[in-house]
Amino acid sequence: MSVTLDIRLKRANKVYLEGETVAGVILLVCKEALQHHGISLSMEGVVNLQLSSKSVGVFEAFYNSVKPIQLISSNIEVAKAGKIPGGKTEIPFEFPLHTKGNKVLYETYHGVFVNIQYTLRCDMKRSLLAKDLSRSCEFIVHCQPQKSKVIPTPVNFTITPDTLQSREKNSLPKFLIRGHLDATNCVISLPLTGEVVVENSDVPIKSIELQLVRVETCGCAEGYARDATEIQNIQIAEGDVCHSLAIPIYMIFPRLFTCPTLETTNFKVEFEVNVVVVLHDDHLITESFPLKLCRL
Amino acid sequence: MAAVQWRSHGRNYDTELQRCRLEAALVDFGDYHPLKPIMVTDTKTRRGTRKGSTSSSSSSSSSAPPDPLSSMLDGTDPLSMFAAASASETPPMSHSSSTGDLGRRKREKEEEAVGPDFEPWSLKRGEILARFTTTEKLSINLFIGSDRGKATSQGSAVSEKVRTRLEELDDLEEGSQRELLNLSQQDYANRIEELNQSLKEAWSSDQKVKALKIVIQCSKLLSDNSVIQFYPSKFVLITDILDTFGRLVYDRIWTMCSDPRPLPDNFTVEDVNDTAKETCLNWFYKIASIRELLPRLYVEAAILKCNRFLNKSGIQETLPRLSAMVRGIGDPLVAAYARAYLCRVGMEVAPHLKDSLNRNFFDLLGTFRQISSENVRAQLVLQRVEMPEYLTLYSPAISWILQCIAYRAPESLLTEMMERCKKLGNNALLLNSVMRAFRPEFVAARATDFIGMIKDCDEAGFPKHLLFGSLGRSLASADPPESERLTILNEAWKVITKVRSPQDYINCAEIWVEFTCRHFTKREVNTILADIIKHMTPDRAFEDAYPQLQSVIRKILTYFHDFSVLFSMERFLPFLDMFQKDSVRVEVCKSIMEVFIKHQVELTRDPVILNAMLHICKTMHDSVNALTLEDEKRSLALLIIGFIRMVRLSHLLYYVNNNHNCCFGLLYCIVLICICCFCFNFGVTFFFFSALQVSFGRDFEQQLSFCVEARATFCNLEPVLVQLIHTVNQLAMETRRVMRGNHSRKTAAFVRACAAYSFITIPSLSSIFSRLSLYLLSGQVALANQCLSQADAFLKAAVSILPEVPRSISVEGKLRSSESFLVDFINSFLATLLVIPDHPEHGVLYLVRGLLNMVQDYTWEDNSDAKVRVYISALPLLAAMSQETYLYSIPKVDSNDTLYGGDPKFLSEINKLCETLIGQILDHLKTLGRDEQSTRRQGALAFSLFGVLLAHGDLRNNKLSQLAVNLWNLSHKHGCCETRTSVRTLEFIKHQTQQPDMTHLSDMVQRLTLQSRT
Repeated sequence: MSVTLDIRLKRANKVYLEGETVAGVILLVCKEALQHHGISLSMEGVVNLQLSSKSVGVFEAFYNSVKPIQLISSNIEVAKAGKIPGGKTEIPFEFPLHTKGNKVLYETYHGVFVNIQYTLRCDMKRSLLAKDLSRSCEFIVHCQPQKSKVIPTPVNFTITPDTLQSREKNSLPKFLIRGHLDATNCVISLPLTGEVVVENSDVPIKSIELQLVRVETCGCAEGYARDATEIQNIQIAEGDVCHSLAIPIYMIFPRLFTCPTLETTNFKVEFEVNVVVVLHDDHLITESFPLKLCRL
Repeated sequence: MAAVQWRSHGRNYDTELQRCRLEAALVDFGDYHPLKPIMVTDTKTRRGTRKGSTSSSSSSSSSAPPDPLSSMLDGTDPLSMFAAASASETPPMSHSSSTGDLGRRKREKEEEAVGPDFEPWSLKRGEILARFTTTEKLSINLFIGSDRGKATSQGSAVSEKVRTRLEELDDLEEGSQRELLNLSQQDYANRIEELNQSLKEAWSSDQKVKALKIVIQCSKLLSDNSVIQFYPSKFVLITDILDTFGRLVYDRIWTMCSDPRPLPDNFTVEDVNDTAKETCLNWFYKIASIRELLPRLYVEAAILKCNRFLNKSGIQETLPRLSAMVRGIGDPLVAAYARAYLCRVGMEVAPHLKDSLNRNFFDLLGTFRQISSENVRAQLVLQRVEMPEYLTLYSPAISWILQCIAYRAPESLLTEMMERCKKLGNNALLLNSVMRAFRPEFVAARATDFIGMIKDCDEAGFPKHLLFGSLGRSLASADPPESERLTILNEAWKVITKVRSPQDYINCAEIWVEFTCRHFTKREVNTILADIIKHMTPDRAFEDAYPQLQSVIRKILTYFHDFSVLFSMERFLPFLDMFQKDSVRVEVCKSIMEVFIKHQVELTRDPVILNAMLHICKTMHDSVNALTLEDEKRSLALLIIGFIRMVRLSHLLYYVNNNHNCCFGLLYCIVLICICCFCFNFGVTFFFFSALQVSFGRDFEQQLSFCVEARATFCNLEPVLVQLIHTVNQLAMETRRVMRGNHSRKTAAFVRACAAYSFITIPSLSSIFSRLSLYLLSGQVALANQCLSQADAFLKAAVSILPEVPRSISVEGKLRSSESFLVDFINSFLATLLVIPDHPEHGVLYLVRGLLNMVQDYTWEDNSDAKVRVYISALPLLAAMSQETYLYSIPKVDSNDTLYGGDPKFLSEINKLCETLIGQILDHLKTLGRDEQSTRRQGALAFSLFGVLLAHGDLRNNKLSQLAVNLWNLSHKHGCCETRTSVRTLEFIKHQTQQPDMTHLSDMVQRLTLQSRT
């Protein structure tokens, strides 16, 4: 006797804002009528923090992982113990996304040390002989759009051997790379844009890349740990590009792995972008720009 | 059975003919008659509604017979109503409420669509693949990804799934890579095709990630230009995969939103459901996170069309962004091809977005200096590729981009492009592409400018002859201003003639021949031919340039149809001499002949043409050897026949047309056509009907001698000989026509010479049926020309070779029984025999007897009634011979009717012969009666003999009528006679009895009974 349990959300993209209602159906498909001891559905929003083994010792990392922070939680009983007829059964449900007290619903974010996740979980209890069934489904929460307008803050940059903070400054070949980012306070749904121009370079250029980096900070009793890890690396130039020709900088912020810059008492999630120029002799020149992401 | 006494039924052909004619009945004016014009009385004006209709008959005038179909309808006919409706663009049956909107959309669509005048990529594709090849070893860097995607359990959360997918992507990029080394070009292409297949498989088995992986890996190959000569071909192969991928993704999303009903072609974003949008968005997000530049660019371009599902302006915004992205590609060749791909996709998806095309091109110009950069040079040295060769690698890409830009572009844009190219120091590569891509009219109008620019180019990178080649190609299809033409030709040829390498030279010269032929006279063409000969003769360079030389000939032939002009070019025949390889020479001769046959309408007695053409035909003829295929022979023969026909003066049908009242003429014509049909089963017949307008001269003798010469020249091709005999026969008939049937001594001698020609030629034919029919035909011709002894000889010869006819012959490669052919021939032979007067030295009916003897001695097939059928059909001839005046006769030839004047002795001879024949037939019927299985045959034969008796025998004779009744009964005895035929026959006889001299038949009718088949 087989039965499948599934949760189907109404919205195809599964994105909800605070204050909205998460609506969908529980879908049960079984061949014959099915006896059960009750079906329950729970919604949960949790921030999971983890300390990196780098900033604290391995064991601390293992034991001291910070307690998860619960953002929202609710539970309802969908069906009392009874029987479900054979065939396809759909049980609709709705959960309002309201927080209790002054808690804020942070935007869904999947990071390395910080994870903000919202799940729906459906459990079906069954008799002793049959296994309980359970199914979970993640949905995505976007925070309320920011009210204020974002005024773009363009950044110009020039990279020469002299501007670098490097010890082997003198051994570097000569080059002059200019460019600009259209804004460092970015709207998360819009791409990061700008231009980079190789004015001249003694050594041919091998590659120019954009590296998106997350900087996660977890605070705990023993202090805090701050770690920067790469989210993605996008190559924007390959080979020895034409000099003094503007090469576009363009990067779409990946979903789930980015969220509006977040600062709370317990943790922080920030982002940076690095413009990385690789020279043919494998010199790596990096210029870093902190970003402030927001949602409009 | 006792011997039958035969009496022929006397006939009066004139009265019979009168009787057969239909009676003319007058139709009263008021009577109905289906063919009488219908008068339209309804004269409503319909102009208003019938605007734009095709039928022009208006209601105002009824003098012209109106179309009965249209007059049947009251008011407008539905077809013209539709036409009117579509003309005024207000479809009366549109379901849409907003018809105006529909019309607008339609118009928009028309604007968007790329017309048929745009040369599609698919055409270029093959060209590039054929052109850019390599013998170097190639390698493919591939990651065959692990199938980890499958391991993901169903229950895992979305985030996990996404993560594993992304990991897989990473895995592809950094993970286990496999390098395939030392692939030959073919292997490489095969590998790519395999990838294409596995892409489709992965897609259909729902492994979308694997599919994406494959595509990414493939497009990554495009950044590798280690075997640079192969790059354009590689581009073609790999973009095929990308196209497949793009199509797959688009189709999938399309089907996702085609529930419940499929999307219309011009759907908008609102029509797309959320799931489809989400899927589409996922693809774009996924592609945006591809690490490397080139795969990201190519894959996004491949699914560009999917932007239509997301928002209106998506494509419009994406194209410029992708164009800008190309700037990040360092290698100029890779970048150029990436741009070409963008233009290709752009043209396909949004041809109206010209801006991004232009931007692409300007960027290309901007990065042009890259080509001569250190990096590129170093690479070329490493790969041992010369600069000119390297530059040609660009031409497909640049040409394609320019073609996209130039497509329906305004003049001003093209001028601007040209100026920009000029600014770049007249870069030869660019110039070349501009000339190839822009409209020929545009290039032609500025041909002088272009020549100036070509001259200013630096010779280093790009060879000038290629530039002139491109210019020539444009000029071949569009005309430059009249006043400049000669200067253009002079300037161009100055450069072309200096080209050293014969191959380069001929490639370029071949193109310019067209321009020259188009605008100049034979003098200039002759000069060019002389120049080509001069260049190609040393070291037998022409041996490697046959295709180009052939194309030169083809071009000349398209423009010079007048062969007297053509052959008066001094260098034309020497040019032909350059084709020294047999097969090529024959090809060329054939193409010349084809043009000759097609365009030479007038007879020419120009000895130059005749000699030259004879030479050409001889060349073709001499190429025939034992190994020549039958088809090849046939086509050669056809061409030569065409030539002989053009030399011919007059036409046989002419003769026929002038002799309407001559029955023999018609008979003759029909016989001839039949003969033609089976002499050579290809369509020679058509020429009997074609050139009635051919003019003719009177120097027949010269023509006869031409035929003699031709016979000697073309002795290997039998169809040609056949044609020659026909020609000579026609000549004889023509002479007869000119002399109005009264031959002078001289012309009589001439027609005898013609007969002699045929008589000598016919035996050299191998096909027995050709021989037979030609003997018969020539005999008829000789008879018509009052050459009695010659006619006798022909017919005798025909009779004498009858026993040689094999029992089976091969028709179109299959072995068939010859019986039916033979019987047909004998029948037509018999028809001719009626008018042949008996030879004074031989006995009565010498030829008829001779023929019948041959028929008797011939070894017919076992179990065949052919012999008896011949006998049966000989009876009507004999009956016709016993008439007082014959059915037909030949003017100025006394047939037996005049010779014997109904002499009873002659008649009794005929009757005796008939009796013998009937006796033979009856014997045969008896033999057939012995065998159960042949009763059907017996019945059929008996019935046909009955028919002959009825029509030709004098049934007043009791014995004969008794025989007829017996035969009737015999044919009905076994019930295998067709009742319908019998009934019709009876009706006919009853009808006949009403004739005054046929009353005796009524007795017989009483005795003929129908037997029902029970």
